[in-house]
Amino acid sequence: MYKSFEFTKKIKSYLLAMIVIGAVLAVAGIAMNLDHTHRIWANVLLNGFYFTAIAMSAAFFVIVHVLGESGWHTAVQRIPEAMSLYVPIGGVFMLLVLAGMHDIYHWSHTEHLDEILQGKSAYLNPMFFSIRTVAYILLWSVLVLWFRKLSLKSDSNYDLKLFNKQRGVAGVFIVLFAITSSTSAWDWIMSIDAHWFSTLFGWYIFVSTFVSAVAIVIILLFVLKSMGYMEHVNDEHLHDLGKYLFGFSIFWAYLWVSQYLLIWYSNIPEETIYYVQRIEDFGFLFYANVVINFLAPFLILMARGTKRKLNWLIAAAVIVFLGHWLDMYMAIMPGSIKHPEFGILEIGMTVFVLGVFLYAFFRNFAKAPVVPENHPYFKESFDYDNIR
Amino acid sequence: MQQTTFVSGYYLDDKDLVEGIKALQDKNIEIADVRTPFPVHGLDKVLKLRRSRLPRAGFIAGAMGTAIGFGFQAWVFTEAWPLNFGGKPYLSVPSFIPVTFELTVLFAAFALVFGFLLSSKLGPGADNVIFDEEVTNDRFQILLEVSNGNSEQLQSELQAVGAEGVQHHDV
Repeated sequence: MYKSFEFTKKIKSYLLAMIVIGAVLAVAGIAMNLDHTHRIWANVLLNGFYFTAIAMSAAFFVIVHVLGESGWHTAVQRIPEAMSLYVPIGGVFMLLVLAGMHDIYHWSHTEHLDEILQGKSAYLNPMFFSIRTVAYILLWSVLVLWFRKLSLKSDSNYDLKLFNKQRGVAGVFIVLFAITSSTSAWDWIMSIDAHWFSTLFGWYIFVSTFVSAVAIVIILLFVLKSMGYMEHVNDEHLHDLGKYLFGFSIFWAYLWVSQYLLIWYSNIPEETIYYVQRIEDFGFLFYANVVINFLAPFLILMARGTKRKLNWLIAAAVIVFLGHWLDMYMAIMPGSIKHPEFGILEIGMTVFVLGVFLYAFFRNFAKAPVVPENHPYFKESFDYDNIR
Repeated sequence: MQQTTFVSGYYLDDKDLVEGIKALQDKNIEIADVRTPFPVHGLDKVLKLRRSRLPRAGFIAGAMGTAIGFGFQAWVFTEAWPLNFGGKPYLSVPSFIPVTFELTVLFAAFALVFGFLLSSKLGPGADNVIFDEEVTNDRFQILLEVSNGNSEQLQSELQAVGAEGVQHHDV
């Protein structure tokens, strides 16, 4: 009844072409920047982190619906589920970052630390940082694979025991991810500007990647639909995905303003330096970030109709996906390469990692039925509509 | 039996209600109103209700709130009563954002609440008849208007489409 997805040679060759083109561009970019290794490593971190965090947020998307006992998500559940299986692969990029630690994180130069960084060195030192990085990757991979295993089990037979077990794993997941999503954002992103700190930074980064994960779910849905799969997904499901994209774009803006406003008001140099760098050296991009990630989805998706039309939704999703790449760029680059640089290196790296991400997605998506047909709430996802 | 102005039938399940409405519509019986304890999925579609205009009212009022909130602060802090806060410029956009946001929400909320009361003919002084108190609890009620004294016929129609109970109301 539900056409199962086939990872055909055609798709495979497109994706391999994308990976190869990305790799060639990235290698060319690396070759051109050999005397400027900061930029190379910052790009590895940028794309490594962005897509790993997106995969993790995709898992969070499923988990939160399992815990909320929602029904509608079961129609699209297998898309974020397959996305989440990228975590162990993305982890490899994050392990690569450890090799470039000295080029990104100035606290790692343990021989000349100033007084403030000496005070932080119990937490921010290369050894503990490496341990935490490995721990995050291992923990996240285990959680993601564990949940996927339970989800696949449901395809053969589903009983109350399995249902409860899925909820149990989801509970464990959400507690551990609540902590590690924040600490990993401090470690990998915030510690680039080691003197600076913001207590809501973890949520800011998490929401950023969560919105892009929803955007990618919509984009992949569009791709799959145009290939003739996922025809059971109707306007109501699109509407709900659109609401996620709309609502969490606003939430992102809320956190952005919360962080900016307090720092602007109190006007303490050790805090304002973060924004001074970004506004003075990245001026245009700094403002573009807010326009692209807040105003664009806010205005496009405000009306009911646009959330229900795939063409509008896809436009907003692409804008948001690229916009949050820029958001990550704005979080990482000012502290590591100081001045905005964009060229073959950035494009190549992104295309390469995105290619790997998509390859992993389609490969894993083909491995299971496109819907968890035995899920007790599966029928419910076709038996609801959004109140007008 | 004396003639009444309305006949109602109730269901105890929202799915049965929607099926019952469809069956009545198949027989070309006009449905005066449907009353439910909570919003029922798919009911709007079955009853072919027009889309609510409330979101539009909310948007317009919200946009007004944004404009008024921002404009008022800008006027006060640059023209009417300029005050210096911590050496910041008089026209400090970031500090206006929270108030602008709150006024947007306030205006939109007022427009939605009062717009809803107005369009549903509710609120203080409204004269609405509740035919069956149980619709606020667990009953899903279909209301049919009697014309030409056909209340007996409507009663049997409601029973035919599976209503759990039928009541006659005189307004």
